[in-house]
Amino acid sequence: MVLIYGLLICIGFVYLFPLLNMISTSFMNMDDLLDTSVKWIPSSFYLQNYIDAAKSMDFWVSFAKGFVIAGAPTLCNIVICMVVGYGFARYEFKGKKILMVVLIFSYILPSQVTMIPKFVLYNNMGILGTLWTFILPALFGNGLNAPIFILIFYQFFKQVPKVLMEAAAIDGAGHFKAFFRIAVPSAVPAIITVLLFSFVWYWNESYLTELYVQGLQANPFWSNLVVQLKNFDTSFSTRATTGDVATSLSESVRMAATTLSILPLLIAYFILQRFFVESIDRSGITGE
Amino acid sequence: MGANKKPKKEKIKLGKLEKREARMGYVFIAPWIIGVLLFLLIPLGQSFYYMWYKIRITPLGYNFQWVGTGNFTSIWIEDPEFPQQLLTYVWQTVLEVPIITVFSLIIALMLNDKIKLKGFFRLVFFLPVIIVSGPVMNMLVGENVATIPVLNVQSVQNALDIIFPTSFATSIAELFSNMITILWYSGVQILIFLSALQKIDPSMYEAAKIDGGSGWECFWKITLPTIKPMILLNAVYTVIFLSSNEQNELINMIKTSMFLATNEKGGYGYASAMAWMYAIVISLIVLLFFLLLGSKKDVYDRQVAKFKRQQKREIRRQNAIIRRQDRHARQLEKERSRKNYKSYDGSSDY
Repeated sequence: MVLIYGLLICIGFVYLFPLLNMISTSFMNMDDLLDTSVKWIPSSFYLQNYIDAAKSMDFWVSFAKGFVIAGAPTLCNIVICMVVGYGFARYEFKGKKILMVVLIFSYILPSQVTMIPKFVLYNNMGILGTLWTFILPALFGNGLNAPIFILIFYQFFKQVPKVLMEAAAIDGAGHFKAFFRIAVPSAVPAIITVLLFSFVWYWNESYLTELYVQGLQANPFWSNLVVQLKNFDTSFSTRATTGDVATSLSESVRMAATTLSILPLLIAYFILQRFFVESIDRSGITGE
Repeated sequence: MGANKKPKKEKIKLGKLEKREARMGYVFIAPWIIGVLLFLLIPLGQSFYYMWYKIRITPLGYNFQWVGTGNFTSIWIEDPEFPQQLLTYVWQTVLEVPIITVFSLIIALMLNDKIKLKGFFRLVFFLPVIIVSGPVMNMLVGENVATIPVLNVQSVQNALDIIFPTSFATSIAELFSNMITILWYSGVQILIFLSALQKIDPSMYEAAKIDGGSGWECFWKITLPTIKPMILLNAVYTVIFLSSNEQNELINMIKTSMFLATNEKGGYGYASAMAWMYAIVISLIVLLFFLLLGSKKDVYDRQVAKFKRQQKREIRRQNAIIRRQDRHARQLEKERSRKNYKSYDGSSDY
């Protein structure tokens, strides 16, 4: 028992180590960084790193835009994946097995294969550099990691007893009414799971955000914190040349920027921890 | 559901209600089918088409120039970086996936015990899932925040160099230096294992304990076979996660080469060829794990199958014996009817 606690605490510490290190570094000023005697606790409570990093990242604007970039496709994901998952779980039809195989295949296939034609497609449609590049696939059940969400809803709706549906049908509910009145209200745990994961994954996506939503333009309108962090060095140096920032580019500023970029999700995580941690339990992805 | 041509095959004709139900099923999944066509199958075909061409972007549109396998030869012969990275990637994935899977299983087993502060530990182990993203990881790794200073990688590598060939030793040493990164990638897997473990019927353990099974035996005979599908799921999840992870150099190479249209090595066709090779490699890795983990049924099923086989063999043997008995009886009868067979009739003068 003691061994288990010891191991868990050790591994837990290793898990948190980079975060603690990051936070402690982010509060250090230049002198602390150079002083080898300062290891963990900075000599003074130094906030300038954060102020400069926030300025350089355009924190509030990026935060709001990132929220929209993650939020809008997530809503589409929830609605469409729920409908599709329900269709797979509730009805029997020809070719269902093949379609399920296609679903899993679409998850295993790396997105890089379809990335280039999609880029051309969006370009031809003239939606490159707009949010539609994320919303449109999500509206057709092909958003980021959508196969997982469809499977989550599929697993979930399979557990809804068929008797319930039949009872509703006898009481005169049509297919859609049964879906909206019985399936959707019972699927709240699955909805929460998909909401959290979809939001987090879209929020942390920088590869596709840069390619599609920003469209690789010089001065893109859309941006989120993660992309800002990726281009942090360049944006910080341009700020530095105009004299907007008080510190020079250093480890601490970078760490402050990293902290800022994960801070919103971190706060959300500690508030909604119960939902996050129990989400996988309740989604029934492990199968019954 | 027209007339069945083969009357032997019993196929129940769908009633009106079932037909309507099936149609509703298609209605519900219609958006996804359109999406798959638009965003998966058609682009897949297009990129397959692209990879045989050299594509230049001109003011008039795209200029396709057939090069055949030219893209592949230039990737493999003229541009050694991609194949090299591909090889490193395969190495890393094949090494990291088992580590991540086993590690998350161990953590899940520990958390599954009746311990205090379970919620807190779950919170800690799941935390990385929230914050892991390409740029954040690059920042943390770039500033050497994500390495444990106590762990001396160099000495590990020196020790390994003696035993193994250099390339292998380097990749293992790299594992040690990226230990935290690897651990950070196991958040989802831990939770999947944990929820699978909690669904194992405790009465099975009780029964095993009454029969004198030790904890070690219980793990190998009950826990592992029960969660075996989850092991496969987690392994595949890890492969996919590592493949789409932005720390992975390959996907960045594909992206950059996509926009090097002026260069000889670049353009959409070149990048498509890269992406296809990458996809094939990933599929092979997934297939490998499927073959390793998926095909075997669990112990109970195997035992049942074995028992059934034995039963069948037994029945066959018995049938053979019965048939032989019949045949011999018939032969005897024939011989007897021809009167040229004398059997011992009990009289004394035989």
